[in-house]
Amino acid sequence: MSTISRRKLIFTGLGAAAGLSGLGIAAHFAEKYRLVPPDGSGIYGLGETLTYASHRLLGRHALAREFSPNQISKPAFANEIAPPLGDAFKRLQAAKFADWRLTVDGLVDRPASFSLPQLKSFPCRSQITEIACEEGWSHVAEWHGVPLSHVLNLVGLRPQARYVVYFSIQPDWKESIDLDDAMHPQTFLTYGMNGADLPVPSGGPLRLRLPGQLGYKSVKFLTHVTVTDDLKKFGKDRGSVSIDAGYAWYAGI
Amino acid sequence: MATLRPAQMPVDAMTPTSGVTAAKPAPRHFALVRITHWITALCFFALLLTGIEILISHPRFYWGETGNVRTKAFFQIPIPSSRDMVQTGYKYVLPDQNGWSRYLHFEAAWILVLTGLLYGIFGFFSGHFRRNLSPARSDFSWRTLFAEIAGHLRFRRPGADEASSYNVLQRLTYLLVIFVLFPLIVWTGLAMSPAFTGAFPATAILLGGRQTARTIHFFVSIALVLFLIVHVAMICLAGFWSRTRAMITGRADTPTERT
Repeated sequence: MSTISRRKLIFTGLGAAAGLSGLGIAAHFAEKYRLVPPDGSGIYGLGETLTYASHRLLGRHALAREFSPNQISKPAFANEIAPPLGDAFKRLQAAKFADWRLTVDGLVDRPASFSLPQLKSFPCRSQITEIACEEGWSHVAEWHGVPLSHVLNLVGLRPQARYVVYFSIQPDWKESIDLDDAMHPQTFLTYGMNGADLPVPSGGPLRLRLPGQLGYKSVKFLTHVTVTDDLKKFGKDRGSVSIDAGYAWYAGI
Repeated sequence: MATLRPAQMPVDAMTPTSGVTAAKPAPRHFALVRITHWITALCFFALLLTGIEILISHPRFYWGETGNVRTKAFFQIPIPSSRDMVQTGYKYVLPDQNGWSRYLHFEAAWILVLTGLLYGIFGFFSGHFRRNLSPARSDFSWRTLFAEIAGHLRFRRPGADEASSYNVLQRLTYLLVIFVLFPLIVWTGLAMSPAFTGAFPATAILLGGRQTARTIHFFVSIALVLFLIVHVAMICLAGFWSRTRAMITGRADTPTERT
């Protein structure tokens, strides 16, 4: 064995050891600071983890861009949802949503159910933000609602709380987000748009708005919010219809 | 004929440290350039394929911040769509491949950006950019440029000297791709991210909005595809196997080898 190849061997060994321990430290760091998304494994896990981790490190509290009133899209745009609205929705719609309820439960001290007038009695916030679809189109509207954080503080989050899963009245339509996004000041339980009640095509009477992520995380016709410590309890789809459909769980890109 | 500088050799190969390395000819391309070249090529194909898949879910383009089927299009590509929202004139909808396409698009983008950073740092500190890519001052004379362009238009096969060095048009093209097109496609990509633009609003505002960013992203990808076509065509003209082997093994055909 020549001197060169022995030196090479030592350096390669040292390099590999440094690389492996680096990976170990990175994995520990990622777990400690919650930098791995629920779909952070498998062939696309690397890309998803890099995106989620860098967003959480660089902009955990960043606000999505807001716009001036003259940038509100005219005409207002709404994409129709593919399956027609079910009977449960139509019955509530016939009664002008007087019996619409939002149930909040899971890892909270005081599970509760709120009517629309109750939600509207909480401090109202407005934001002029863009909703961008993964297809490529986008529009800007002014959204009115109560921050989800206000309601979560009201029911009292347990210390183990880590994720929030939220459900539409439409069957099988649900999404999940981490606590950073759930407590984000722009995450609204949205009941109004452009100065009026939220129209049904836009998700009325109640929609979760999350302007820091693509439109598919802003679930329409919201009826149920549950707090959890582990998304695995919700099965393979991790409480997210996007994972079930083969889409990224974290849609902040 | 362009004035070509002598073969560009890596510094370490020119200063032999032992009898073993002195006998080896200097590689045509640095090992790191070869590795990053092929990772880039792989990522580029993944990005191109998945980019097309994402594009066909909404083959309409807009200018400004917002755009959708109820606003005026900047232009629409006359192809069928994988969603039924856009009126394409076709009576069918293509299979939707957006889920895995988006996963792979962003993963390949990450690998490409990290590879590009490694290449950029290496290229700067190794002198690769300065010696192999930046044109000589004498290359900027009109006579040199015209001679080079005329030679290309006549499909002149490159001389033996070009097996070890780049001519001025190559240098300018590579500089354009590395320092203009790639940074621009990454920037316009990031300008479409709702979370990234939240943390760094200027990325979208400086471009004129999200939809403008999407449109520029499309144009830059077209420019990169044009580059790829010319790149491969020139390699075929110069000798596909010798040039490709040089980028894989680092060994270049030298005039002595041919005789």
